Amino acid sequence: MLALALALPAPARAAVLPDDRADALYHRYEGGGVTVDGPSLLVRKKFGEKFSVAANYYVDMVSSASIDVVTQASPYKETRRQASLAADMLNGKTQYSLAYTNSEEDDYTANTASFDLSQDMFGDLTTVSLGFSRAWDEVRNNTDPAFKEPVDRWSYRLGVAQILTPELMMGLTFETITDEGYLNNPYRSARYRDPDDTTSYLWEPEIYPHTRTSNAVSVTADYYLWYRAALHGMYRYYTDTWGVGANTARLGYTHPIGERWILEADYRWYDQSAADFYSDLFPYEDSQNFVGRDKELSTFQSQMVTVGATWRLPPFEWGGIERSTVNIFYDHALYDYADFRDIPKGGAAGTEPLYHFGADVLRVFFSIWF
Amino acid sequence: MRYARCSLLVLLACLAGCSGVEPWVKPYERQNFADLVMIADRDPVSLAYIEHVYEAREGARGALGGHGGGCGCN
Repeated sequence: MLALALALPAPARAAVLPDDRADALYHRYEGGGVTVDGPSLLVRKKFGEKFSVAANYYVDMVSSASIDVVTQASPYKETRRQASLAADMLNGKTQYSLAYTNSEEDDYTANTASFDLSQDMFGDLTTVSLGFSRAWDEVRNNTDPAFKEPVDRWSYRLGVAQILTPELMMGLTFETITDEGYLNNPYRSARYRDPDDTTSYLWEPEIYPHTRTSNAVSVTADYYLWYRAALHGMYRYYTDTWGVGANTARLGYTHPIGERWILEADYRWYDQSAADFYSDLFPYEDSQNFVGRDKELSTFQSQMVTVGATWRLPPFEWGGIERSTVNIFYDHALYDYADFRDIPKGGAAGTEPLYHFGADVLRVFFSIWF
Repeated sequence: MRYARCSLLVLLACLAGCSGVEPWVKPYERQNFADLVMIADRDPVSLAYIEHVYEAREGARGALGGHGGGCGCN
C-alpha cells in the first residue's frame, strides 16, 4: 500500500521560471521482497515571460512479498497512478507556484493542493521561500468494502537560500506537517505474547493515534571547486509527536568530463528512534492504548550509496529541441533494524534474528529542452 | 504550527534589519552558480522519485528541500 502526495518539486533557488523541458523516466525499486517499477512523464512549458505550466504522470506497479506480507498476509500486486498539474507565475523578483496532485490505487486515494512563493532580495544573494500544502486522503480496505476513513494533512514550509561567497551557497529549510484521521495501515497487525498458543504469540489490529505533527529542519551547502566540480552536503533533524526522532546526512560530489558528461556520487546516512507505541512484541493483548508494529516506526538506520551519469547528446536539428540528455542513476541501500525481528527466520518469540535487507534502486531517463 | 509562526516572525525581523545590506558577491562573480555541476538533484522527475523512496521507507518526512505535501504511506 503505497500512496504519496508526490508534488512536482517547488523551486528552491532564485525566482526564475523553470526551463521548457520534457522527461521520460523508468524507475525500479527492488528489496525486502518488494518490487516497484513504472514510468514517470513530465512536461514543462512557458507561456510568455511570466507563466509556466507543468504536468506529470507517474505509475507505481507494486509486487509485494515483504516481511509484513509474509508474516501476516499473502503476496499481492497493485498499481498506483498519480497525476500532477503545476503552474508558476513570475512577477518581478517574486515567483508564485500552484500545484495539485491526485493519486489513486485500489485502497487509497490521495489529493494534495499546494501554494509556494519565493522572493529574491539583497541584490539577489538571498531567496526566501514560503509554502503551504493541504491534503485530503481516503483510506479503504480491499477485504471490507464498507471501510472508508479520511485523513487530512497540513504542511507549512519556510526556506532561505543564501549565496555566501562566489563558491558557496547554503540553504535552510523548515517544514511542519500535521496529519489527522485514520493513520494506520488497515491490514497490519501488532504481535503480543500468548503463552497458550503453540507459537507463544498472537496478532491484534494496530491502533495508532489519530493525529501526528512533525517538525523537520535541514541545512544544505553547495560548494564549487576550483577545477570545475562541486561538493553537496545536507543535514536534517526530525522530530514528531509520536516520539520518532531522526537524523539524515548526505554528502555528494559532481564531476564533469568534457562538455558532454557529468558523473555523480553520493552517500546518504539515516537513523531514527522508534515511535512511543511501537513494539516488536507486546507483553499481552490490549496492553496499551496505541499499538503498532510498522518497521518504518521502529529503531533503525540505513545507508545509501548513489552513482549517476548524465550524457548530453550531440546537437540535432529536429522539432525545436535545443539539447537532450540520457541519464542513469543507481542507488544501493542497506536497512538495519534494531528492534524489528525476522520472524520467518525462526526462533523463540522475541529472540528471532533482527531484520535487515538491501535494496537496489534504478532511475533511467531521457530529457529534452525545447 | 506555533514553530512555523515563530520562525516567520524571526525571519521578517531579520529581513527588516538587513534591508541596507550591500550584496558582497557581485553579479559578475556568480557564474559558478549557473554551472550545472553546482545544482544537486537538478532533474525534477528524478528528485521526486527518490524522495518518494525515502518517505516510503523512513518514519521522517519533510524539509528534504524539494517539496512538501506529506506522505500517505501506511
